[in-house]
Amino acid sequence: MNYKMIARFFAFILGIEAILMLQSLGISIYDGTSRTTWAFVITVVATGAVAALMGFFSRRAEKGFYVREGLLCVGMGWILMSLFGCLPFWISGEIPAFVDALFEIVSGFTTTGASILANSETLTRASLYWRSFSHWLGGMGVLVFLLAVIPISRGNEGFTIHLMRAESTGPSVGKLVPKMRQTAAVLYIVYVVMTVINVIFLLLGNMDLFEALCTAFGTAGTGGFGVKADSMGSYSPYIQTVTAVFMLLFGINFSCFYLLLLRQVKSVLKDEELRLYLGLVIGATLLITLNLLGTFASVGETILHAFFQVSSLITTTGFSTVNYDLWPSFSKAILLILMMIGSCAGSTGGGFKCIRLLLLFKNMRRNLSQIIRPRRVRVITVNGKTVDESLIATTNSYFSIYMVILLLSFVVVSLDGFSIATNFSAVIACFNNIGPGFEAVGPACNFSAYSVLSKLVLILDMLAGRLEIYPILILFNYRTWKKR
Amino acid sequence: MKILIAGDGRVGSTLARQLSAEGHDLVLIDSNGSVLENTEEKYDLMSVQGNCASMQTLLQADVEHAELLIACTGTDEVNLLSCLTAHRLNPKIHTIARIRDPEYLEQAYKMRDAFGLSLTFNPERQAAREIERLLKSPGFLKRDYFAHGRVEIAELRVEEESRLCNVPLTAISGIVKCRVLVCSVLRDGQAIAPDGRFVIRAGDRLFVTASSDNLAIMLKNLGVVTHKVRNVLLAGGGMVAYYLAQQLENSSITVHILERDPERCRKLAALVPHAQIVQGDVGDQSFLDSEGLANYDALVSLTGSDELNMIVSLYADSKEIPQIITRLGHVENNLIIDSLPLGSVICPRKLCCNNIVRYVRAMQNQSGAALTIHSIADGHAEAMEFAVDEDTLHCGEPLRQIKLKPHILLVGISRGHEVEIPDGNSTFSRGDHVVIVSSGEDVILQLNDIFA
Repeated sequence: MNYKMIARFFAFILGIEAILMLQSLGISIYDGTSRTTWAFVITVVATGAVAALMGFFSRRAEKGFYVREGLLCVGMGWILMSLFGCLPFWISGEIPAFVDALFEIVSGFTTTGASILANSETLTRASLYWRSFSHWLGGMGVLVFLLAVIPISRGNEGFTIHLMRAESTGPSVGKLVPKMRQTAAVLYIVYVVMTVINVIFLLLGNMDLFEALCTAFGTAGTGGFGVKADSMGSYSPYIQTVTAVFMLLFGINFSCFYLLLLRQVKSVLKDEELRLYLGLVIGATLLITLNLLGTFASVGETILHAFFQVSSLITTTGFSTVNYDLWPSFSKAILLILMMIGSCAGSTGGGFKCIRLLLLFKNMRRNLSQIIRPRRVRVITVNGKTVDESLIATTNSYFSIYMVILLLSFVVVSLDGFSIATNFSAVIACFNNIGPGFEAVGPACNFSAYSVLSKLVLILDMLAGRLEIYPILILFNYRTWKKR
Repeated sequence: MKILIAGDGRVGSTLARQLSAEGHDLVLIDSNGSVLENTEEKYDLMSVQGNCASMQTLLQADVEHAELLIACTGTDEVNLLSCLTAHRLNPKIHTIARIRDPEYLEQAYKMRDAFGLSLTFNPERQAAREIERLLKSPGFLKRDYFAHGRVEIAELRVEEESRLCNVPLTAISGIVKCRVLVCSVLRDGQAIAPDGRFVIRAGDRLFVTASSDNLAIMLKNLGVVTHKVRNVLLAGGGMVAYYLAQQLENSSITVHILERDPERCRKLAALVPHAQIVQGDVGDQSFLDSEGLANYDALVSLTGSDELNMIVSLYADSKEIPQIITRLGHVENNLIIDSLPLGSVICPRKLCCNNIVRYVRAMQNQSGAALTIHSIADGHAEAMEFAVDEDTLHCGEPLRQIKLKPHILLVGISRGHEVEIPDGNSTFSRGDHVVIVSSGEDVILQLNDIFA
């Protein structure tokens, strides 16, 4: 295990975090909220100092960086980043309990959006901004950001692919352009440009700049922290529509946007995952609209609310315009299924991912046909290309691990004595990085009632969900830490 | 520069390493996904899985925006088709193809426009040329030529009993009684750019620059026996053996080839009638003995298996054959190979990579590009030849006044027929050719890059 090299990456991660925190420090100074200002000053200095120390001790890092180092670097890096990221909330006293503060920032970085605050309006603007910005940074990934801005691999090293694979979502992560640095840069440029367009659309709807930025960060990272207590409920239908559409866009694989830039519209339209994703959205919106007819004043309003909730939950954002917990069971069942499916691979969203569902489904169909005709040979194709059997095997095992973690967490969280729907939806909402669940953790409620143990389990679930399980799972394997 | 490499075999991955280190945008094409993944984890490049001769795969690899295609799959026909297709899709692309079959060599050259080829390379033939040179100049492990053969960099291993042991470099000229310059030393797998106080130890491999005549004097004064090779035994009758036998046809060296496969033996006997072909398994030591191994002046092990080549060479060493040349496909484990008495080690793919890298660098800057590039010291250093032209800085200034970048040495100046091994007072001027050795990580694209 190349600890020095990993420490070098940690130094970079914390350094970047300290620099990015300066934005909130600025807002805090501007607003004159002195307690928060001090909290940010202390955190920035502490984070920067630890980064500098780590950078100093790891300056002579040797080569040798493989899959194991990549996974550990991402898993530990995210935990470390969260531990330092929660300090402003805790030091300023805005969130008095440390576990709560940690829960809040992990929820931010993992783009979950689950909160322990009864009313987010009690936070200062600086803290609100930092909370929302953590969505934006966590959405595309802090290491991908590092790969884009810092020349980590001197020219020829290809090991950075381990970092990108560990941090990006989806079963098969590849490069868009030959160089890693440019690939990461392309992803972030698309990300930044789309976020800016989102902000402009929100500003056109007469939102003030601070709220527009925070909302756009929450949308872009598919996070879901709002600045208001009722999430998106009190905004105009225009802003709700804009947010719903942009959530949908950020749930699409970013390589599709890159292909669009290259004017390969045809291959984007033929993408099977995208078709499945959009099909699910349209189908679910139709079904829920039919189920809800008569609840709202007009059909148009019904469609808007159905579409907003569907878009918010399939992309695992977690914004809401109404309290969907009050909807009929059929609509809630559909929403629950969407929560588990999640968005496309290579997007900022979480969940199981449409592409994995597609593979599972195709494999299931193949296995069923082989029951009738055992000697029939069939290959699975996606977008006209044969899928490697090993990818199908890993997808199957991913599904198993996904279910095991889901059920184990559910059992542990149930110790707190809430209803089954509450506990189950809380675990699903955290593990799939959504935010709100049903009943006691529904869109109008929060997670503060859970015990410290449950919160820690949910924190791990959020991290495991965002990083697609393995980077967090290997931390619990003693072989990871052994020398080679 | 955007470069496509078709074929992720030995040559392909070596090229990927060299070219990615120089900062090019590489796309690697191969039909085997697991091999691709392996290479992608080692070097910063993008991989495309598919048949490199198909239009679809080439388009997927974005051939329309590439400047160079290097086709180095194992099949000549695929390489040619790949270049032809790429050229159709992008008429401006340069293409380099590996052509190994001797039957195609002439036609690939004559029809290069029809195929859209810029360059062809043949690792086996290049290896055979290299071996021929070594056989004709025994005593050195390797010789690289610059300025039309007037300047040479020769590799020499310092043995325990050598007169150079524990001698500082300043004293070396007194021992060998002629002017030579040690431009690089390979010790414990690392290249060192030595200065005058550097002390030579046993086991070091020295890279020495001198004119060809002085190298002969040096060998004589060092007491290294320079026998003349009269008969050579080639263990293994593959492509390299064929090319080598053909090249040695009109020389004074008699060639004997040992080959296991009877069919191949018959073929070789028809192709190179002057060579003596013997059928038998070279892994069998009694067979080697019965063929009179101990009586040969030189042995070249050329089978397709590295392990067998090493065993044959080690056995030949135990029989005290004066010159041994070993062909190895994998030379990554330098430290282990160094400690074995394998004689000169020849790696065909490395030889041809030098040529391709030179071509790539020449594409990058049309004027002032290196005329020759040899990688020396197991790839830890590079020796390059440049022509001094009107744009070159510091013309006519004595060398001691010119500041060079670290790890760069100017090791030879060739002026017309004269060769000068430079010292502080030497100067270069327009029309000269200079040879430099760089042991650093910087890529030297043109002569002016060496100045600090």
